[in-house]
Amino acid sequence: MRGLGKAFAGVPVLQDVQFELQRGEVHALMGENGAGKSTLMKILSGVYQRDSGDITIDGQPVALGSPREAQALGIQIIHQELNLMPHLSAAQNVWIGREPRRWRGLLLDEQAMAERTAALFARLRLDLDPRTLVGELTVARQQMVEIAKALSHDSRVLIMDEPTAALTDTEVDELFRVIGELRAQGVGIVYISHKMDELQRIADRVTVMRDGRWVATLPMAVTPVARIITLMVGRELAADHQAPVPPARPAGQAAALTVRGLQRGPMVRDVSFEVHRGEILGFAGLMGAGRTEVARAVFGADPMEAGQVWVHGTPVRIRGPRDAVAHGIGYLSEDRKRYGLATGLDVTTNIVLATLPRFTRGGFWLDDAAMARTAEDLVQRLAVKTPSIAQQVRLLSGGNQQKIVIAKWLLRDCDILFFDEPTRGIDIGAKREIYRLIEALAAEGKAIVMISSELPEVLRLSHRVLVMCEGRVTGELSAAEATQERVMHLATRGARLAA
Amino acid sequence: MSLPSSTRQKLLAFASLVALLIFFSLASSNFLQTDNLVAILQATAVNGVLAIACTFVIASGGIDLSVGTLMTFCSVTAGVVLSYWGMPFALGVLAALLAGALCGGFSGWLIARLKIPPFIATLGMMMVLKGLSLVISGTKPIYFSDVPEFPWISQESFIGLLIPSLPIPNAVLILFVTAVLASLVLTRTVLGRYTFALGSNEEALRLSGVDVDRWKIIVYTVNGAICGIAGLLIASRLNSAQPALGQGYELDAIAAVVIGGTSLAGGAGTIAGTLIGAFVMSVLTNGLRILSVAQEWQTVITGAIIILAVYADIVRRRR
Repeated sequence: MRGLGKAFAGVPVLQDVQFELQRGEVHALMGENGAGKSTLMKILSGVYQRDSGDITIDGQPVALGSPREAQALGIQIIHQELNLMPHLSAAQNVWIGREPRRWRGLLLDEQAMAERTAALFARLRLDLDPRTLVGELTVARQQMVEIAKALSHDSRVLIMDEPTAALTDTEVDELFRVIGELRAQGVGIVYISHKMDELQRIADRVTVMRDGRWVATLPMAVTPVARIITLMVGRELAADHQAPVPPARPAGQAAALTVRGLQRGPMVRDVSFEVHRGEILGFAGLMGAGRTEVARAVFGADPMEAGQVWVHGTPVRIRGPRDAVAHGIGYLSEDRKRYGLATGLDVTTNIVLATLPRFTRGGFWLDDAAMARTAEDLVQRLAVKTPSIAQQVRLLSGGNQQKIVIAKWLLRDCDILFFDEPTRGIDIGAKREIYRLIEALAAEGKAIVMISSELPEVLRLSHRVLVMCEGRVTGELSAAEATQERVMHLATRGARLAA
Repeated sequence: MSLPSSTRQKLLAFASLVALLIFFSLASSNFLQTDNLVAILQATAVNGVLAIACTFVIASGGIDLSVGTLMTFCSVTAGVVLSYWGMPFALGVLAALLAGALCGGFSGWLIARLKIPPFIATLGMMMVLKGLSLVISGTKPIYFSDVPEFPWISQESFIGLLIPSLPIPNAVLILFVTAVLASLVLTRTVLGRYTFALGSNEEALRLSGVDVDRWKIIVYTVNGAICGIAGLLIASRLNSAQPALGQGYELDAIAAVVIGGTSLAGGAGTIAGTLIGAFVMSVLTNGLRILSVAQEWQTVITGAIIILAVYADIVRRRR
């Protein structure tokens, strides 16, 4: 692939990208969240069409106009989320849509299906009965079925997106053995992962992308981890950047929120942290590191399995969002439309959603005038751009929607706020406004936990940075210590190697 | 609160109601007779009240298939209390409303606490209540011959006593009073606001710290109590509680709600729209009968109108 470009709605997401895959090579693709890896792979698998550039296979230029076309050329992608039907057998899943038939195509030939699948499994040296229902297999085994399915298309190029995300160590070993088999059989593999130690075991070469551009392609074996990380982050911070000055902590004052030994599923493992009044605590890490899961568990949106929470020094039990809100904890979800707003309803209703009983006469009848006054007030204070407070929230821009959610929690007198990806889907101008708002809230004495996958955002706002990787806290940095490189080391398990 | 999209659908429904009225009055001179118009109003009462009940549940993002048989269960309950036990009139009325509220609340509990999908929970309740009506009535109709006040609920005209030239039956009065009260609750109370919020985004409401389970149960309880009103109306009109009646009424009620612009996905809807929807259905039935359209074709046309109404809504949304 050469000189590849792609733009969405005029915004370039890929520019002049190149990528080369040899027969029998495992080629790692690395980059921060949003570097353009997924877009590149979607072009390669025919989901998106490129705007410019050439793609050749064995020297022949190809179009790749649709996923079907890509499949016919032997390009298969195995997504992080597996696309299998749990109620069908392994063999039925492999041959879905192309079932061998008998009796002039009237009946399915289950026998042939099972035999052909068994042959594929043998090629992977895999001990698995083709007739097992996929729903009864472990995730690792389901992945093997996906790989077999890809092979059944005579794939020459296999794209694997974070294939080890849900696997145990032994399962990873098994997967790598199978990848080795494929490599020996001449299949080229694009391997997308954040896990540096895995890449060092399996990859032959690595291509690093940043901000939609190709940065470098290097042989894995002789390239130090630190160099790859530098290439990944290599972005300059704004010239006026100064590390935020943490607020003074009056002696003897308990932290606003203390969490110890928080446990919930594989994504939250023994997480402890505290955040003080007036402090912005940044949660950094790559996507899927477990940061959102931590916030949801503390807020009670998902039940916690173990752990203790203190609010202003008092131990509290949080069984659901109701308890969290009662203790002054607010959660601004990364997915505003799904978890934060009733987008079909108006601005006023969304602002008072968490405080409605306050706006009643006799606890039953709504006091429309009081609601409108309050909504107008907050709309002005947060500079929400809306034609009126009767506007449906779905018609507002992302930045203004975010402000509505902030208004909701301000009204509820929450003094501990979790911001989960506060500027996702928000344009740059509105981003700055949200930053200033978060800083102002901290200056007022609110304790703020900010989860963000955008490193510059974390570094700009946080008084302290906590880094997570695979459900664990892998390090804590003060604003002065926090650099993009240090955070990335901690976020990619590179810590151990770099220490 | 402004809900512009449903206001537009309401206008659309209202326009089609007017169109139907004009069409039938041109097609038949009998249509606009006072007697016939009163008959239409009277015929709308039961379905209208049931549709008002359904509006709450549907606006909250749920569905209630049991409103028809719940209505019957309430009228049979009134029959048992009044005719079998010989209790005073007021207690019979109270029993019907209470039975409705309790059964509705139970459906709500199944849905909110046990997480049974509304469609399934209320489908089950539909059959349970159908059976229970037959059980407590001894599988035969209960007549209210010993309860002289009973026909008053539906047949007599309170308004006619005050204004003799306006003999509007009480059933119609009750329909409109119920509608006004329901509309106030839906637009001006916490319950109403939460009803829409539940239908618009239940998860966002939960994450705002609101006890969504409790409010869901309350919504179904209100829905059930209104079914109790419908039960009293139909029993009064027939002067008997007919335990075998009721199934099928839920579909007419849901149709009226949908024609009136309440989205089956929840989050939007008005009582005025529902009322218009109920009138569209009864005007259609009445007008086609006057034009001597065969019963079977009436059903076909009503069905087609429902599909058309919903399609119009979809087209409007797409723009």
